[in-house]
Amino acid sequence: MEEFINLGYLIAVVLFIVGLKQLSSPKTARSGNLLAAAGMGLAIVLAMIAPMERGDNNYVWIIAGMLAGGIIGLVSARRVAMTDMPQMVSIFNGLGGGCAVAISIVELDHYQGMTDLSIGVHMTTLFALFVGAVAFTGSLLAYGKLQGLINDNTLKIPAPTVVNMTLLVAILAGIAFRAYAPTEPFFWAYLILGVSLIYGVTFVVPIGGADMPVVISLLNALTGVAAALAGIVYDSQVMLVGGILVGASGTILTVLMCEAMNRSLWNVIIGGFGGSSGGSAAVEGNIKEISVSDSAILLGYSESVVVVPGYGMAVAKAQNEAHELEKLLESRGVRVRYAIHPVAGRMPGHMNVLLAEADVSYDKLLDLDDANNALSTTDVAIVVGANDVVNPAAKDDPGSPIYGMPILDILQAKQTIVMKRSMRSGYAGIDNPLFFHEKNRMLFGDAKDTLAALVSEVKNLG
Amino acid sequence: MLAITEFLQANMTMIYVLVLAVFLGFELIGKVPTVLHTPLMSGANAISGVVIIGAIILVRSSSSDDYLALSLGCIGTALGMINVVGGHAVTNRMLEMFKKKK
Repeated sequence: MEEFINLGYLIAVVLFIVGLKQLSSPKTARSGNLLAAAGMGLAIVLAMIAPMERGDNNYVWIIAGMLAGGIIGLVSARRVAMTDMPQMVSIFNGLGGGCAVAISIVELDHYQGMTDLSIGVHMTTLFALFVGAVAFTGSLLAYGKLQGLINDNTLKIPAPTVVNMTLLVAILAGIAFRAYAPTEPFFWAYLILGVSLIYGVTFVVPIGGADMPVVISLLNALTGVAAALAGIVYDSQVMLVGGILVGASGTILTVLMCEAMNRSLWNVIIGGFGGSSGGSAAVEGNIKEISVSDSAILLGYSESVVVVPGYGMAVAKAQNEAHELEKLLESRGVRVRYAIHPVAGRMPGHMNVLLAEADVSYDKLLDLDDANNALSTTDVAIVVGANDVVNPAAKDDPGSPIYGMPILDILQAKQTIVMKRSMRSGYAGIDNPLFFHEKNRMLFGDAKDTLAALVSEVKNLG
Repeated sequence: MLAITEFLQANMTMIYVLVLAVFLGFELIGKVPTVLHTPLMSGANAISGVVIIGAIILVRSSSSDDYLALSLGCIGTALGMINVVGGHAVTNRMLEMFKKKK
């Protein structure tokens, strides 16, 4: 029996690896996800039937937990709107961290009074507790921020870097002390847990704005590490490899995202996008508004249009209207394409997912470089709820907090229209000189309503 | 310090697996089109739910009157299951949208 179980775990690990591999290519992504899910199902079944040396199986408790979790997971995954996807991923991730916390605490409790306890195992369990706890509270806070439950500006801690470093050192010292002094009261384990939970919060608090996806990706990697540490404790290769794969791939993904914003990971973690815009030049000038019907004429009689979607489009759920406008303009012989900034929205690929949902053809989506090439021959660039990713300050103003971030240089187009609800600054809280540029016109209103109005106006052009 | 090196010595196979898995993870997703970043993150997130295996082993190896282990283990399986099922389901939903057209 035992040998078949281990062989089965090996198959599960291979399914994880092939699944992840396939997930990184558009053609095979879907089957990759299914393969990984099959691997997970296999691993769970094996863990249920593997012969145990001790214990009473307690299947009722396991099945109760799995049923509850399975139903909650499935229903929330079905119900969530595509726009809220980033928060959903974040909260799922946090719960995985919570699972690591729950099992680590029980294991630590079992270690009490054990005479042959190895310091290595004890320390690994304490680390799993620490990493899981940080992923847990950190992800929940990230969820709260993205869901708009917690405002970046109201929740602040003074000197976050100092606080975080102090907490981190305290946790590491606590883990070392506890591992070498296992006879001390169990209170120490709870203390380490408590401080780790607080650290998860203080770690995420200073990070905001366009950096949220990076944090979610980083926390995702952390949950993987927590799973891998727990795998060492349970001597389970499937947990070790599965966890480490996520830890490594999550780290790579995090770095890719930072690169897209031309910032270092360290810079993101210490919260470079603070509320103060430092020495950035104050933006002044007049904005020029444009009406829906004038916009319709401008769009309807141009040769080439580039749509720049952003989080505003996601919030307004305006992707279908954008597609409708695109089809209508194409039928008039206007070439329409979408310029997708790597960090537009709240997650890389967020816009691609939304536009794919609205049936926009894949080859109409331009990435940063292609888009910047195309923009020089574009008549009208229309920005739908994007802000920071088209902020020319990133190119021109060395004092700007986002200076150096690659942007979509839409001022290359002959004319730009920015659709916005109000003059509020973007998620990063930075002024945008684009709005005041002579080439630019502002079209105020809800993205969905305005796009729908544009569609009917363009129809009227005849 | 001696205790640590002894621990590493005793778990050398695990350490090898760990190091190789790190490199494998880095190599696996070296270049990914931006389109797939979100689904990939979500799919990887689902795989990190593998920690549920630990919760299952924990509950099974506990005695039936160890209520701390049973209740926390039960919560652990529920949390892990949400991570696994929700993660894969959400990933599938995202990827389905890419599939609709060619």
